[in-house]
Amino acid sequence: MPFLSIGCLYWWYKKADKMNKASFLKTLFLTYILLISANSFSATSENNPGCFEYGEEVSSNEYISHHLVFNKGAVFPGEENGFWTVHLDSLFYSVFVAFLFCFSFYFAAKKATISPPSGWLGFVEMVVVLIDDQVKDTYHGTSKLIAPLALTIFCWVFLMNFMDLIPVDLLPYFGKCAADIEYMRVVPSADLNITFGLSLTVFLLIIYFSIKIKGLRGFAKELAFQPFGKWMLPFNLLLKLIEEIAKPLSLGLRLFGNLYAGELIFLIIALFTLGLTLEQFSPADSGYMVMQFLLGLMWALFHLVIILLQAFIFMMLTVVYLSMAHEEH
Amino acid sequence: MENDFILGMTAIAASILIGMGALGTAIGFGLLGGRFLEGAARQPEMANMLQIKLFIVAGLLDAVPMIGVGIALFFVFANPFIGG
Repeated sequence: MPFLSIGCLYWWYKKADKMNKASFLKTLFLTYILLISANSFSATSENNPGCFEYGEEVSSNEYISHHLVFNKGAVFPGEENGFWTVHLDSLFYSVFVAFLFCFSFYFAAKKATISPPSGWLGFVEMVVVLIDDQVKDTYHGTSKLIAPLALTIFCWVFLMNFMDLIPVDLLPYFGKCAADIEYMRVVPSADLNITFGLSLTVFLLIIYFSIKIKGLRGFAKELAFQPFGKWMLPFNLLLKLIEEIAKPLSLGLRLFGNLYAGELIFLIIALFTLGLTLEQFSPADSGYMVMQFLLGLMWALFHLVIILLQAFIFMMLTVVYLSMAHEEH
Repeated sequence: MENDFILGMTAIAASILIGMGALGTAIGFGLLGGRFLEGAARQPEMANMLQIKLFIVAGLLDAVPMIGVGIALFFVFANPFIGG
């Protein structure tokens, strides 16, 4: 499998001088394939005594449970596992990915010109125009916040989801070697806290826009008197409250569910080569490696669609909810 | 030994979660795809726009069984009913 990835790299290098939009996408796809083929390589050398010693054999249960634990840090010292603990790994990766997105798009925006762009500039423009069209179709208000919000949500959620395609043990292995980090989960959107942070922020924005457009009285009237008349006030309130609470709940849980399930399946696929080492390599092990590569490839390709779709859905639902906050009944 | 019953019930529960979710989603996607094909056949120029809407609804439809799968896998691997 490493030879496959080296072969792909060489082919990509030879094609690198003809960068237009189509071949840019092709090279992007090749990088995905590279990452996926590196997957089997990383899980095979798992027990390799390099910088970390596996004292004993790890069972599959322990492997999975170990990989599902977050790296917790206490905000106030001495309060481990209380309310004031944060998941340092999710925080780090979400902020890192956000900086990646912001800086790369900022540099593209600085170099923007009237003439038709190519390369990275073309890609950025394609994304921005796509999202702008979607927002124009869906949002019927006049706020200038919505389109940049949609772009941020889409790109940030997509990049956070993309961390799921990196081989499962790769970054935790580097963390253990370099900084002695015991637990690391690299996918921020597989953390309920991150997804609910996003969806609760959207919820607050919905309330803010509702109150700004309709006024406090209009907002209260809409909560109390829709959909039945004013004589069924408590029932109206209950229905409206449930509807309003369901929005952030479903937004957060949808993203979390998809990404958690995807990560878990990658972990199960990584179990295939548990306990195999490069020193005690037997020909029977190559069967496991091939199985793992094929399954990993299939699931990673399907997961590509899922992460794109889920980021898009999050963005579309945000815009739709904010547009609904503008409407009068 | 003392966890046998809970483990057995957890296995059944996880299977029902995943299975029923998959059943509902499959039927839903079938209906959705059928309507999309019908609509595209009646008005081929709308096919592109309909496809975008198809994926939006597909993403929405996907969410609930995915939540079910997440919960089921959580029960399988980190069963909270098995104490200590």
